[in-house]
Amino acid sequence: MTHFSAFALVKNALSGHRNWPAQWPEAQPKAEYDVVIVGAGGHGLGAAYYLAKEHGITNVAVIEKGWLGGGNTGRNTTIIRSNYLYDESARLYDHSLDLWDGLSQELNYNVMFSRRGVMMLAHNVHDVQSFQRHVHSNRLNGVDNRWLTPKQAKEFCPPLDISASARYPVMGAALQMRAGTARHDAVAWGYARAAAARGVDIIQNCPVIAIRRCAGGHVEGVDTAKGFIRAKKVAVSAAGHTSVLMDSAGLRMPLESFPLQALVSEPVKPVFPCVVMSNAVHAYISQSDKGELVIGSGTDQYTSYSQRGGLPLIEHTVAAITEIFPIFTRMRMLRKWGGIVDVTPDRSAILGKTPVPGLYVNCGWGTGGFKATPGAAHLLAWTVAKDAPHKINAPFTLERFTTGRLIDEAAAAAVAH
Amino acid sequence: MLLIHCPYCNATLPEVEFTYAGEAHIARPADPSTLSDEEWRDYLFIRSNVKGPHYERWRHQHGCGRFFNALRDTVSDRFITTYKTGAPRPPLLTQETPS
Repeated sequence: MTHFSAFALVKNALSGHRNWPAQWPEAQPKAEYDVVIVGAGGHGLGAAYYLAKEHGITNVAVIEKGWLGGGNTGRNTTIIRSNYLYDESARLYDHSLDLWDGLSQELNYNVMFSRRGVMMLAHNVHDVQSFQRHVHSNRLNGVDNRWLTPKQAKEFCPPLDISASARYPVMGAALQMRAGTARHDAVAWGYARAAAARGVDIIQNCPVIAIRRCAGGHVEGVDTAKGFIRAKKVAVSAAGHTSVLMDSAGLRMPLESFPLQALVSEPVKPVFPCVVMSNAVHAYISQSDKGELVIGSGTDQYTSYSQRGGLPLIEHTVAAITEIFPIFTRMRMLRKWGGIVDVTPDRSAILGKTPVPGLYVNCGWGTGGFKATPGAAHLLAWTVAKDAPHKINAPFTLERFTTGRLIDEAAAAAVAH
Repeated sequence: MLLIHCPYCNATLPEVEFTYAGEAHIARPADPSTLSDEEWRDYLFIRSNVKGPHYERWRHQHGCGRFFNALRDTVSDRFITTYKTGAPRPPLLTQETPS
């Protein structure tokens, strides 16, 4: 693996950039692995990397039905934050934010993590009260978050309309300065390259058809389009398709899969300095380094695997964005797309063991899995390696839906659902 | 946008008139006090989340206001049929699931 550096850049510039080697080899499946991870998104690739790096388990395959990072990793709006209400979530997402900090250096791959701040707008009295509660709760948990007056919000984000006659009046905002964005594809590529360098096989265009169990119930391996692959342990990190896969292992999941849509505008010069979220109208907006406005919408109301979504939601989101930021009313949108997100009843992830010995699951991240990528990957690797959850992901069990110990971020609404 | 047929109004109307109401044919437990924790979990939280033909409930919120059931393919989002609450679930028959 070539170490990326200024020196390597100059050296390759001299030969016209024709001699860069492939960043990871095209792997064909071996007959048996210690660990098979289903899903080569950021979470799965990251888990493979941490398994190799921190637990010395290198006989690992990451199996992907499409192309690497082509699922929700490449479809999200790249927002990274950790201002969740409950203690369990605050620890989980702040753990992830800690790992984002040194990620580019650790992977020797520029993931373009930009701490530009995430500002959540309050449009009504209820928003003000609940966001201020969030700010206080976050600060008690040592999580960065602070309250801004409308004037301060306008100073932080000049395109914002704070006039009293606005359709969605701005009554204040919660600002997490530690939060920001990253280049989502680069996260998948960086983890893939670093994992492959440590001996992990990344097998693309190979759908996993079923999880196979032996007579004793233990996981035996996975049936794939390229045949049966034996594995001592299987970790499923397959987002919207998790319940389909788990069904094949005889496990019914507390999950529903919904389309989540996003869209981008034509690229323009830097105009938007931060990330702004509005829960009341359900819109997210930031500007990518290429210059496109990246706009996130909400989930469609119906379950679907179609990887598109309805236009009414896009219309609603764009209407809200142009009301809050009138300068964007003449902006042309280039394209929209959808991803299938798996949503749990309490809107918190499931990350841990399952009733099937040797089968682990990382799912239920719903509309907000990208920010958790390094944290989820790190904790999934720990859980698989030690056959026990780390103390940070210990509350995020499948059993909580039996015991009733939910982590009810749905009601807490760190984001509107 | 989905076009949905309301079996009560007997009209095919845009999705924005309707609200989705989750998986259909999940019966409320007849004797709730005797249920185990696992049975409560299954009733409250576990869903089929089918990839393919899915029995589900919709409500004609901005019309007659009534709940009805539908069979919709979750891969193509195409409605196969809709039917009144209380009617038996229609068979899957020939299902279309384009990949």
